[in-house]
Amino acid sequence: MALLTRPPATPASRPATTTGRQSRSSWWGAAFALPHGAGLVFFTVVPIAASLVISFFNWPMLGTPSWIGLGNFTKILSDPIFGQVVVNTLLFVGLYVPLNLVVSLGLAAWLTPRIKGRHIFRVIFFIPAITPVVANVVVWRLLYQPNGLIDASLQSTLGVHAPNFLGDEHWAMLAIVAMSVWQGFGYNLLVFSAALDAVPEQLLDAARIDGASAWTTFWRIKFPLISPSLFFATMMTLITSFQVFAQPFILTKGGPGSATTSIVQYIYNQGFALHKLGIASAGAWVLFVIILGVTAVQFLGQRKWVHYDV
Amino acid sequence: MTSSQVTLPSPQFGRVRQAIGYVLLCLVALAFLSPLIFMIATSLKAPSDVFSVPPSLVGSEVRWRNYAEAFTFTPFLRYMINGVFVAAAGTLITVVVAALSGYAFSRLRWRGRNLVFTAFLATLMIPQEVLVVPMYIMVQKLGWVNTFTSLIVPWAFTAFGAFLLRQFFLTVPQELDDAARVDGAGPVRTFFSVMLPLARPSLAVLAVFTFISNWNSFIWPLVVINDVQKLGTVPLGLQQFFSQQSSNWHLVMAASTVSMAPTVIVLILLQRHLVRGIVTSGIGGR
Repeated sequence: MALLTRPPATPASRPATTTGRQSRSSWWGAAFALPHGAGLVFFTVVPIAASLVISFFNWPMLGTPSWIGLGNFTKILSDPIFGQVVVNTLLFVGLYVPLNLVVSLGLAAWLTPRIKGRHIFRVIFFIPAITPVVANVVVWRLLYQPNGLIDASLQSTLGVHAPNFLGDEHWAMLAIVAMSVWQGFGYNLLVFSAALDAVPEQLLDAARIDGASAWTTFWRIKFPLISPSLFFATMMTLITSFQVFAQPFILTKGGPGSATTSIVQYIYNQGFALHKLGIASAGAWVLFVIILGVTAVQFLGQRKWVHYDV
Repeated sequence: MTSSQVTLPSPQFGRVRQAIGYVLLCLVALAFLSPLIFMIATSLKAPSDVFSVPPSLVGSEVRWRNYAEAFTFTPFLRYMINGVFVAAAGTLITVVVAALSGYAFSRLRWRGRNLVFTAFLATLMIPQEVLVVPMYIMVQKLGWVNTFTSLIVPWAFTAFGAFLLRQFFLTVPQELDDAARVDGAGPVRTFFSVMLPLARPSLAVLAVFTFISNWNSFIWPLVVINDVQKLGTVPLGLQQFFSQQSSNWHLVMAASTVSMAPTVIVLILLQRHLVRGIVTSGIGGR
């Protein structure tokens, strides 16, 4: 629609003036982008390049680095702990992402414009998404603690003890996932709510007149229409969940044992507890490659379910 | 809206159903908020009441002095002032450079523009963790370890701001540029007297988001700040307080409540800006 309202271009009169303005604009355009660009080069592009270089070195925090080629990578890939942190992270992602999407999409569909005060609900569900993760995690420690809120509630109602959520290796990851979903789904809820609001009312009216149930309307009309938003949100949620750190780091310290240590915590431990910056860098690159791979698969898969043409 | 009422089987049935749905929704919201309610309740309890069975919201007394104690046990006020300073300074840099580059990527024509913009977007793909190690070494070489500068500068140049403001500047009608040019304004004057005033709402959205993410930032301060007592921000201070005082749950909960309060207040005051930011950054509906 926007294209139609734009005034028609007048190709005949353009070329004469363009060259002069083009060269002047060219200078100004680059000048306006320069501060940001210089900052990005210095604080992002250089570090990326540096991190690749560092990953080929034995690089202690203090002292002189020495070249070891692919040594860091072979060390990491043969380290059983690294294998475990990859499995842990995949487990987290595999549980967290679907749960987050189901909860946020379900609530977004529930919070239709017909519900009074829906924006109050949306704000409520968004609270933990913007409060410091550390604070959220500390609160959940108190809930999961033996004799904490969950355990005490079970004792007084059913007379049984709750499992030791954070101390039991079978429960710890689930506890982290539950806490993370509570904390994180508000973001996607807002995104999906906005997308659902943009679905044209006439389409829904038409479906209603045809006697379609709410269920059919959702899956046949709303879902395809919001699929681009769903795709983008899935991507973002996937990418960020691979980088999970603070929740296990504070809730369980990665334990019991290393049952909940994430890839990022492994990187942190190697780099800033054991002072092996080369290994940490190599670990970060392995994580980056995993994320790139998953993103690529998503992009290839989107053709099956994402509709841009409506 | 009206048609939905007409097609419901019977108005009364619809109303009852709506009421039940509403009650259910309130229960869900209450369950969702229960950890935070319990946090506030615990922050006002005596230490001996924290782990009561059955759990209760109110202990044997309501101890407001827990908050005073939390503030004396740890320099929490310091953390908050540090946090505001660091987050605000970083936000200022982010907004200024992003306003300039967002303008350059949308309203000005220059050679290599699309290529540079693509490069900007590509940097958004890099997870922070990949950058933490080299950034640490760089900050070490610059002599910034354990300084506010290391908290403010390195992450202030994220390309997200350029992207967000470009999206906004693209919606400004071309006629405004043309009018400004006819009046003899060059790119600089057009930027300052036409574009910036128009962009104020979008700048606010960017500022709020940047401030909150700076305020909440955890892994980088954890790595780069050694002297938490003096230079710590709120998440870092809370984490240290928690690891030292983990048995004093009443104080830890008071500290958590205090560290959540500013962002919750910002959220309530600026909810419309925040929601719009999430939607217009292209994440949301089309």
